Amino acid sequence: MRSLLYVLTAFAVMGLAFWAYRENYHTQAEVAEARRLQAEIADLRERLGVLKAEWAYLNRPDRLRALAEINFGRLGLLPMEPRQFGDVREVPYPGLSLLPVSDAVDAIAIEGANQ
Amino acid sequence: MIRTPLRPLARILSARASGENPDTIERANLRDRHEAMRDKARARAEGRLLLLGAAFFAAFAVVGMRMGVLATTEPEEPQAVASGASILAQRADIVDRRGRVLATNLVTHALYAQPQLMVDPARAAKGLAIVFPDLDEKQLLKDFTGARKFLWIKKKISPEQMQLVHEIGDPGLLFGPREMRLYPNGALAAHILGGASFGREGVASAEVIGTAGVERTFDAWLRDPANNGAPLQLSLDLTVQSTVEEVLDGGMKLMNAKGAAAVLMKVDSGEIVSMVSLPDFDPNDRPAPLTKGDAGDSPLFNRAVQGVYELGSTFKIFAVGQALDLGLVGPETMIDTKGPMVWGKFKIRDFHNYGPALSVRDVIIKSSNIGTAHIAQTIGAERQQTFLKSLGFFEPTAVELAEAASARPIVPRKWPEITTMTVSYGHGLSASPLHLAAAYASMVNGGTRVTPTLLRAKSQMTGARIVSEDTSARVRTMLRDVVRKGTATFAEVPGYEVGGKTGTADKPMPKGGYYKDKVIATFASVFPAHDPQYVLVVSLDEPVETSGSEPRRTAGWTAVPVAAEIIRRVAPLMGLRPEVEPSTEGGVTLVSN
Repeated sequence: MRSLLYVLTAFAVMGLAFWAYRENYHTQAEVAEARRLQAEIADLRERLGVLKAEWAYLNRPDRLRALAEINFGRLGLLPMEPRQFGDVREVPYPGLSLLPVSDAVDAIAIEGANQ
Repeated sequence: MIRTPLRPLARILSARASGENPDTIERANLRDRHEAMRDKARARAEGRLLLLGAAFFAAFAVVGMRMGVLATTEPEEPQAVASGASILAQRADIVDRRGRVLATNLVTHALYAQPQLMVDPARAAKGLAIVFPDLDEKQLLKDFTGARKFLWIKKKISPEQMQLVHEIGDPGLLFGPREMRLYPNGALAAHILGGASFGREGVASAEVIGTAGVERTFDAWLRDPANNGAPLQLSLDLTVQSTVEEVLDGGMKLMNAKGAAAVLMKVDSGEIVSMVSLPDFDPNDRPAPLTKGDAGDSPLFNRAVQGVYELGSTFKIFAVGQALDLGLVGPETMIDTKGPMVWGKFKIRDFHNYGPALSVRDVIIKSSNIGTAHIAQTIGAERQQTFLKSLGFFEPTAVELAEAASARPIVPRKWPEITTMTVSYGHGLSASPLHLAAAYASMVNGGTRVTPTLLRAKSQMTGARIVSEDTSARVRTMLRDVVRKGTATFAEVPGYEVGGKTGTADKPMPKGGYYKDKVIATFASVFPAHDPQYVLVVSLDEPVETSGSEPRRTAGWTAVPVAAEIIRRVAPLMGLRPEVEPSTEGGVTLVSN
């Protein structure tokens, strides 16, 4: 009985040791993965920063103004003016809806039939 | 344990037999027992104290050892911690009120050399001189072959330049990563942003520190990792700022002025929506300060904040506003304007002769120095000083710029009656356009003190009361009248009901006295006058308008048209709806039943 207990204990110790060994390597792999991901995130953030800076640079008012002037023929952009404000009251009401025109063909056909 | 009886029978009996008091035996025994108990308790307490002491010692020893370990090991980033909005950039961005980027960071590289690692110094020096034309090949070669072990070659290089240096292929040329401050909008808002430069430099990184403007004021905040990369939001509006700069630049050239400044401020919160000083500079490549000559001529000089000028007749509204508030005069009270007014050895004149008397309203509309001087006399020196002090004309503005604290207004030391009179029409007291804008905002917003700020206001704060709401409304009506039929008729912008006051002040000579043909023309305006939203101050330095038969320098001909154009362009951008019948172009038809 006692010897069985010893054997079982020995097996338990070996099992635990194996488990701990695996966990250790597993943890190290995860840490390495996390580090890689963080490096990737940092890299992407850096690129995002560059893109943001580039976006701001390309959208700087001086450049947009120059572009609007160069492309005036096509776009006709002018500085915003007070008279461009509209009012809800100026929006026309929709016109009276016409009778549905889908029956027109039928109507002609019917007229023809009557003649 | 054997308990000793307190009254052992044998001793009691023998004591009784000898006629002694047996109670003494009991007391002696009781005392012995108590002493034994006390000794035992003390021994136990001492043991516990010892144990506690040992525990504390062990705890402190562990803490101390841990501190020692932490102090001696190299710092290391935690590995298994999820990164939040990570602290990648060491300096936070600066954005405008709508979140558009005004300043950000870019990763670049610095180039340095370690000559002892070099294979062929002569070839490296030659190659570098080709890549960077501003470097001298001979000097480089001298550095590379000399005793130096380390030298910086370039602080910032572009990726293309980096590639070219790689192609030289010398192992002694090395790169260090650098974070560079970038202002993508170029010269836009240059005076407000200031600039940044490198502080302490190492091979692996360099400190970026603000050198001027908000970069310097908020240097600690921008570098604080606790903000977790949150940007600094200013009250500026990029579009508005750009438009004001464009219009002011055009106006400055048209009016042949050598400098110009404009401040656009919200009247209720004091938020500065736009602040321009021309000429300006590119903060990406901040020029060096002037070593000789007048600092005011440098493009680095912020005329709107640092430039203190006598702002002329724009001050008249303060004297009149105060007199109205004190109940000394009403808008229709007649004021003596017979000229010239002689006071001791001084003579006060008007631009034109306005006849024997004008109403207070007309004193403002026609901008009569004599009339204002008479009004100021009734106010008195002391009350005038207190009032101007409450408007902030005696101390530097509280705006968040590193330069603002040094821009102290020039206030007369003594305040005799003649000073009261000259200050009432803006001579003898010098202040910056920003001071004037804040004071106008305080006067017209219902009469509460406005503190100018460059930060986006999170909450509304009402300042101390300066004049009553009633006075504020009267002042607005008068300012509106100046534009309708006074000295600033060019400021009429249909739909925006501009009100304002012109001011033309002769420039003082450095050695005393005033120039005859050099002026500072200022126009301080508010729009819309009945429901004030914004205050705009435009100031031109030495303008002259030459379209007429003789050169005109008054603000009405120079600063006012520029201000009007600014308002016309900027008000729609800020979403201010004009109160006119909008045109019906573009297929929009008015429909009525």
